[in-house]
Amino acid sequence: MTVQPVQNSFRNGPDEAGRFGIFGGRFVAETLMPLILDLEAAYADAKADPAFRTGLDSYLKHYVGRPSPLYFAERLTEHVRGLSAAKGGTGGAKIYFKRDELNHTGAHKVNNVTGQIMLAMRMGKKRIIAETGAGQHGVATATLCARFGLQCVVYMGAVDVERQKPNVFRMKMLGAEVIPVQSGTKTLKDAMNEALRDWVTNVADTFYCIGTAAGPHPYPMMVRDFQSVIGTETKAQMLEMEGRLPDSLIASIGGGSNAIGLFHPFLDDAGVRMWGVEAAGHGVDSGQHAASLTGGKPGVLHGNRTYLLMDGDGQITDAHSISAGLDYPGIGPEHAWLHQMGRIEYISATDSEALDAFQLCSKLEGIIPALEPSHAIAKVLQLAPDLPRDHLMVVNLCGRGDKDIFTVAEHLGGM
Amino acid sequence: MTTRLATRFAACAAEGRAALVTFVTAGDPDFATAEAILHALPAAGADVIELGVPFTDPMADGIPIQLAGQRALKAGQTLRKTLAMVRTFRKTDAATPIVLMGYYNPVYVYGVDAFLKDALDAGVDGLIMVDLPPEEDDELCLPALRAGLNFIRLATPTTDDKRLPKVLQNTSGFVYYVSMTGITGGVISSYDAVGEAVARIKAHTALPVAVGFGVKTAADAAAIARGADGVVVGSALVEKVRLSLDGSGKATAGTVAAVTDLVAELARGVRSVNKAA
Repeated sequence: MTVQPVQNSFRNGPDEAGRFGIFGGRFVAETLMPLILDLEAAYADAKADPAFRTGLDSYLKHYVGRPSPLYFAERLTEHVRGLSAAKGGTGGAKIYFKRDELNHTGAHKVNNVTGQIMLAMRMGKKRIIAETGAGQHGVATATLCARFGLQCVVYMGAVDVERQKPNVFRMKMLGAEVIPVQSGTKTLKDAMNEALRDWVTNVADTFYCIGTAAGPHPYPMMVRDFQSVIGTETKAQMLEMEGRLPDSLIASIGGGSNAIGLFHPFLDDAGVRMWGVEAAGHGVDSGQHAASLTGGKPGVLHGNRTYLLMDGDGQITDAHSISAGLDYPGIGPEHAWLHQMGRIEYISATDSEALDAFQLCSKLEGIIPALEPSHAIAKVLQLAPDLPRDHLMVVNLCGRGDKDIFTVAEHLGGM
Repeated sequence: MTTRLATRFAACAAEGRAALVTFVTAGDPDFATAEAILHALPAAGADVIELGVPFTDPMADGIPIQLAGQRALKAGQTLRKTLAMVRTFRKTDAATPIVLMGYYNPVYVYGVDAFLKDALDAGVDGLIMVDLPPEEDDELCLPALRAGLNFIRLATPTTDDKRLPKVLQNTSGFVYYVSMTGITGGVISSYDAVGEAVARIKAHTALPVAVGFGVKTAADAAAIARGADGVVVGSALVEKVRLSLDGSGKATAGTVAAVTDLVAELARGVRSVNKAA
């Protein structure tokens, strides 16, 4: 009898059924099932083909602008050391930003989109559909479709179309058709419903480019793989700059693609602590938030089992966040599992905390962050002062704030 | 065990005709009116009833059924109330099969074991869960079959011959052939293609094959009835509900009749096709 070595790894998921523990899966209509199986096979084939990786890496380097810098946020570090001193402490972690806001199109979304579009072309698909919340994924998809001459249709909740106008304009400039979704709550979840309805209808020629590490298998795995470039680069850059791994990582979470991209390569490095920051909106106790792990429970939506915001009858409830990109009542299934396993700590930041962090980062570092990573920065301000000075902390600065300036101005009462 | 579904499809076949399968959403536009519609369906000509379980995010449904679900939820419908509605129906009708159709999350949150027990007690005959493909059979399909409920699977134009056996493997009651790729309420492009697909499915199973998606009129129903064992109508019925409402979205004196009139018309369409050998 051969003894199988025990694989005690957090990086082996999902299993063949697309599960991370009880989470994940393939909860889709029969019409989509053959497509999802095709996609899984096509992705496995691409992954095994060195030419696919080489081609992807080339576009990531020359078109997207990778690797993104790992940047020592010196003045923010001074600031948290000041906060520590004000409390009589001598701490204050050394803070680094992973600068994914410098990517072409201004956010981490393009990492995943580049991968999926190259896969779509490999599969011979000519029509690309996508859902978008803040518009960053929609812009990234429209961009790659323009670059490769593909038809692009983006579904966006009517509420989000209104609050993210600059991105709507960008998508149109890039030749995409933006369809405002009027159903349900008119936000990201409804955009995803509508994209799924499109896919069910146009099965033959259409590739659904999902923007976050959620949805039916193989999407959570595939999106994670494409986003893991963030963590892989961070690891190498930190080793080069500090000669060792970071002590902690922190990232904002809506569906969770930027966070899983940063975290995944570090999951088996036991010394690296990780915080995922959900959007607490007006506060988790207010009922108006988007913190699925903190304030939700397990359920099934959009093809996967994960933590969801819902009522006692299993009806999905409205999420709320000032950040359209975090305004989703669910979370990627791998996060749900990592939460259950206790590997990652999930915390939350409110709208007003994020707004404060947005302004502070702009003034101290000359970097206007998107509202999404502003949630992570908000928690850095609370966590870092109590950590020692030699503690290396990496914040995923996953998007830039140009798209948010009108929203922020409105909340600050005009400028 | 002979189920109500098997008995009813056999009875229709013995009459040389297809069964009329009617879909309405539980709780649309309100509990009392929906209950009245449910009770009136058999007399109007419905052979099998699909009772839609409202869900906030019906990913495979077109606008008519989305709106029906939203009306029902707004009026306070829950899965518990839907089961209560079936229980009341069973007091006066022991023969008409009722199939609950919806999405998995409300059932999952209710608890699978508790749901199966309560559904059986209430007199539910079968389940159609749109987002539970064969790959997820352990979730609800197998427990439902063990509990004695039928589990009706959807087959679609994308379900090719290679996949069909997997789809049919744990299907019981009948097979629901979705006549097009797309969401509910669309337009059928070719009746010939539907007939061929039904023949293809029947080569793999002895179960009755009902065809849905896109049936709106007696003529549509008759055209489908020629090749299928059952004709499913849904969006057209819930549209009748919507059009009967007053300006504030409330039921009117004509709401129940608006639905039953169309059911009667569709029943005539189905019955106009005699398939007796």
